[in-house]
Amino acid sequence: MQNRREMLTRSAAVAALLAGAGVLPARAQAAYNKAAFEAKSIDDVVKALGIARPVESKDIVFTAPDIAENGAVVPIAASTALPGVKRIAFLVEKNPTTLAGVFDFSDAVETSVKTRIKMGQSSNVLAVAILGDGKVLYAQRDVKVTLGGCGG
Amino acid sequence: MTQARSLIAAACLAAAGAVQAQTSTADGIAQYRALLADGNPAELWEIKGEGLWKQRRGPRNASLEACDLGKGPGVVPGAFVELPRFFADTRRVQDLESRLLSCMQALQGFDAAAIAATPFGRGEQANLEALVAYIAAASRGLRFNLPQGHAEERKMAEVGKRVFFFRAGPYDFACASCHDAAGKRIRLQELPNLTLNPGDGVGFAAWPAYRVSSGELWTMQRRLNDCYRQQRFPYPGYASDASIALGVYMGVQARGAVSSAPSIKR
Amino acid sequence: MSDPMRIRAQAQGGGAVVRVLMSHEMETGQRKDAAGKTIPAWHITEVSAALNGKTVLTAQWGTAIAKNPFTEFVVKGAKAGDKITVSWVDNRGDKRSDEAVIA
Repeated sequence: MQNRREMLTRSAAVAALLAGAGVLPARAQAAYNKAAFEAKSIDDVVKALGIARPVESKDIVFTAPDIAENGAVVPIAASTALPGVKRIAFLVEKNPTTLAGVFDFSDAVETSVKTRIKMGQSSNVLAVAILGDGKVLYAQRDVKVTLGGCGG
Repeated sequence: MTQARSLIAAACLAAAGAVQAQTSTADGIAQYRALLADGNPAELWEIKGEGLWKQRRGPRNASLEACDLGKGPGVVPGAFVELPRFFADTRRVQDLESRLLSCMQALQGFDAAAIAATPFGRGEQANLEALVAYIAAASRGLRFNLPQGHAEERKMAEVGKRVFFFRAGPYDFACASCHDAAGKRIRLQELPNLTLNPGDGVGFAAWPAYRVSSGELWTMQRRLNDCYRQQRFPYPGYASDASIALGVYMGVQARGAVSSAPSIKR
Repeated sequence: MSDPMRIRAQAQGGGAVVRVLMSHEMETGQRKDAAGKTIPAWHITEVSAALNGKTVLTAQWGTAIAKNPFTEFVVKGAKAGDKITVSWVDNRGDKRSDEAVIA
């Protein structure tokens, strides 16, 4: 189990390095990072993705509602004008597993994506942007999740 | 750390006074709803419903294209905003679900009673829900204009009004307990005033709707069923006269409101 | 056989805004059924989008992407008439691919 996880992490990290160096064809989709999706904390996701410690940055524009009427569907959006951003990952700190999704951008798309996530409870949500040169930036929003009506 | 922040935030909200908290919360929820406005999963049901309307199905292997929803056989645009209404062939006032049951039985040979007894989201009931989504979508943007020309339609409006104000059940609730005045809410849910005329556009005028909390398309019949569940009432019969009458009353109150159905709800 | 995706692709500037609605349960694997048994996780794991056959965007999803997921992205260097293809694979191995023409 441990070995497989290490191997996956290593291969993801190698893939990221290679992609950054322009060696991999732009659209070889990385193998599904099961370890990252099983990680239960921001730190563990960072480790599993094989990336540097994220640094907060105002260059990542992250939109999320202050209050979600229902945690089942929370609309979020992240974009950046920074060049060189290869992937954006969305993390929900208090979810049972922290990583919600990862988007990989080729040069043929804008580094901008809207999606919808599930939140188990009120939590910090992070948009983590990974650049080709290895730099990792993030923006975060505090989203309150409510439950409506007379019992769901 | 984040937990403490949330607790403090919650305490501040409470201390700031009910009205202030309500405004900022209402704004927050309005923002949430605005962010969800584009890309309503109800569209998946609308597409499915359009296919089902045109597809030959059932023991009679017929499509629903000859079904009269009130504006003539096969006429779909504009039909939704004039329902419920009186139909000469069945000699009763019917809402959309009831009329679809009639057509599915008469034209396609399905057993209407069996569909009515099928749980929401399953089997032919799921197909009916898709048809409701398609037909409602075809009237999006039009104003509710329920007819009241027939004596039966007027009678049902009066029956519906009495059902609306009828208090019973273990909590002694009526629909009116929650929906007869502005400014009421349950937790963070603002409750639409369904007695207003013209309608407010978020109560009656928003159903059917994609219910985010269950990830399914809810028809008006399902919404009413759940209202009764929340009142701890026995469930009304599916497409029963009582439920149709309620629709007539609320629909008449909503006349003039623009239909946004199928919309997206919590 | 899963229900089709709804893809809307609108030309804008020198590119196109693509909005995709997918039909999928996205079951988290956290819920229990009426009998108390855990409902197994069932969710889309990989997504890819292509412009005229060339992949432009890929994604990996976990269980916390919402049911009937909606995604929006912007393709560069695209015009009306170009073809957008969106595909997904889920953890059961089911696949789905749908296309739309940029309007």
